[in-house]
Amino acid sequence: MALAKQKLDATEARLADVALPEGAAWGMSARTAALARVRQMGLPTRRDEYWKYTDPTTLTAADAPQAAVLQSDEEPLFDTVDRVRIVFVDGVFDADASDDLTAEGVEIERLADAMATDIHWAKELYGVLEARGQRPVERPLAALNTALATDGVVIRVTGQAEKPINLIYLHKDNASDAILHNLVKVEAGAAVTLLETGPAAARFSKSLEVDVAEGGRFNHVRAQGRDHERRAVTHCFARIAAHSTFKSFTMTFNGVLTRNECVLEIVGDDAVAHVAGACVGDGRDFHHDDTVFITHDAVNCESRQVFKKVLRNGATGVFQGKILVKEGAQKTDGYQISQSLLLDDDSQFLAKPELEIYADDVACSHGSTSGAIDETALFYLCSRGIPQHDARKLLTLSFLAEALEEIEDQTLTEELRDRLEGWLSRHS
Amino acid sequence: MLKITGLEVKLEEEEKQILKGVDLSIEPGMVHAIMGPNGSGKSTLSYVLSGKGGYEVTGGSAALEGNDLLDMEPEERAAAGLFLAFQYPVEIPGVGNMTFLRTAVNAQRKVRGEPELSAGDFLKEVRAKAKDLRIDAEMLKRPVNVGFSGGEKKRNEILQMAMLEPKMCILDETDSGLDVDAMKLVADGVNALRSEGRSFLVITHYQRLLDHIKPDIVHIMADGRIVKSGGPELALEVENNGYADILAEVA
Repeated sequence: MALAKQKLDATEARLADVALPEGAAWGMSARTAALARVRQMGLPTRRDEYWKYTDPTTLTAADAPQAAVLQSDEEPLFDTVDRVRIVFVDGVFDADASDDLTAEGVEIERLADAMATDIHWAKELYGVLEARGQRPVERPLAALNTALATDGVVIRVTGQAEKPINLIYLHKDNASDAILHNLVKVEAGAAVTLLETGPAAARFSKSLEVDVAEGGRFNHVRAQGRDHERRAVTHCFARIAAHSTFKSFTMTFNGVLTRNECVLEIVGDDAVAHVAGACVGDGRDFHHDDTVFITHDAVNCESRQVFKKVLRNGATGVFQGKILVKEGAQKTDGYQISQSLLLDDDSQFLAKPELEIYADDVACSHGSTSGAIDETALFYLCSRGIPQHDARKLLTLSFLAEALEEIEDQTLTEELRDRLEGWLSRHS
Repeated sequence: MLKITGLEVKLEEEEKQILKGVDLSIEPGMVHAIMGPNGSGKSTLSYVLSGKGGYEVTGGSAALEGNDLLDMEPEERAAAGLFLAFQYPVEIPGVGNMTFLRTAVNAQRKVRGEPELSAGDFLKEVRAKAKDLRIDAEMLKRPVNVGFSGGEKKRNEILQMAMLEPKMCILDETDSGLDVDAMKLVADGVNALRSEGRSFLVITHYQRLLDHIKPDIVHIMADGRIVKSGGPELALEVENNGYADILAEVA
């Protein structure tokens, strides 16, 4: 296998100068194990099946390509929401800019502090779900993140969190290369909302491992910032126990390269897992990739994937989504839809929906479409006196609505809708 | 109000002439009805007047209060006072009925140089008008026409008409798909809007709608032309004898 050898040699060359971040005890062994996984799998190349549509070169390169910081006078997102703000500037925790890391129902620590503690719950989670998520599809960049993450927070949710936790990722340096790794452990019956906002860095690698125990609720709303030249590869690994709920929504504005992977494993009966995303991209250098893998390994569970992309001026959108229903996972209700609104002939949407089912009493459906603005609907709106430009904007919002409706909190939905309207007004 | 002269229209994509010289003049405050068999060009006339794409005007003119309609974008025609109640109102998921109505009302006011309606004033007005059409608060909140029954969609069209206060209203087969009660409700809504300065063009297959919306003048359209015009009795003639006799008579 010449190819495989070539890939592993390239990986060795890339990792030759890599030093694991300093740290003691279990953190170091988790990192060492992760690095070994990277070495064994090799870093991704365009030849890998799950990287066919997205070129990982700039994500795996030793040096991050530069990205100009967007100058904007927009108010920070979710500023009207009472929340615990945890600020990272180019991937480094900023204590002064952050709130006290305390709120009822949650315990928040920096990753480094957790790793410095010999006996810590985080030991059972850090890199653990990532390692589980490497089968059946390899995700070497996630292992690389586990090995090299320089900062992050670990959050243990012990009750009903009194307010949302907002990880705010500021980008101030054109050349920043940030690697963050966050953990969330939702104890039985506990509930939390996690917000993530901001462009983060010129190149951003971020992992989130979420363990939702029985009857727990995890709500996640993320907005990836507007900096046009930024690159990001993010992974979310979640283990979802019986009677629990996992909901994640991501809004992406701009970015030359975004790869969002979401790997969910439903391990307990009667659980619910929803993952949704909306993105808007303008220009030939916009590339956005959602890669999702949901495993049903329990009875009577529901999963939903709703992904919508608005693409214009030669932008590219990718969706790779899989539902795997394991043997015995009866009464599974799996739904997957991925759609793109192509605002011109140059833009493209590449979709790979997959279903793999080993149980005989399940209801799974999937669909994928690409289309232009509906002329009949456009005429209907214009015939009521709405100028064509505004009518197109309304129809674009209408297209994205099904994804935005996945957000539970109306206040958050409204804020994101306002940002979307702003984006659509600027890009038309 | 509306003056159409020798209007000829073909499909943009194919060599098919649909309107072959339509002449029609509607005075302010008048209600005209156009009846005719399927494929006679009735709906095409309504689309061409309101500016739908896909048609090419090959001759003639159409003016609203002396302003050339055919030269305007659909939204300009609306702001000039033209309104088309659709035969098949379009469903628009994710856009609230109220948001849609308010956007439309304020867009038209803006073009006419009038101040935008405040959220409060708008709400008051829309609630009052919706009540007359038995449109409840729930329907106003829902996305435009999504999950509406046939009758609800048509009532929603009339609500839009009431809110936009157009001068020239075209109703394209508003009675299609409605039972008698629903038709009566829609007709009452239309009748409430009749006034000296507002004209109507009611396009329909059947006479029954015209029992409720009484026309001043009835036209029969066939093969892209208006072949006969007369008083309300013409509609009854169609009801009793069908189109065949009239068409044979003018042929």
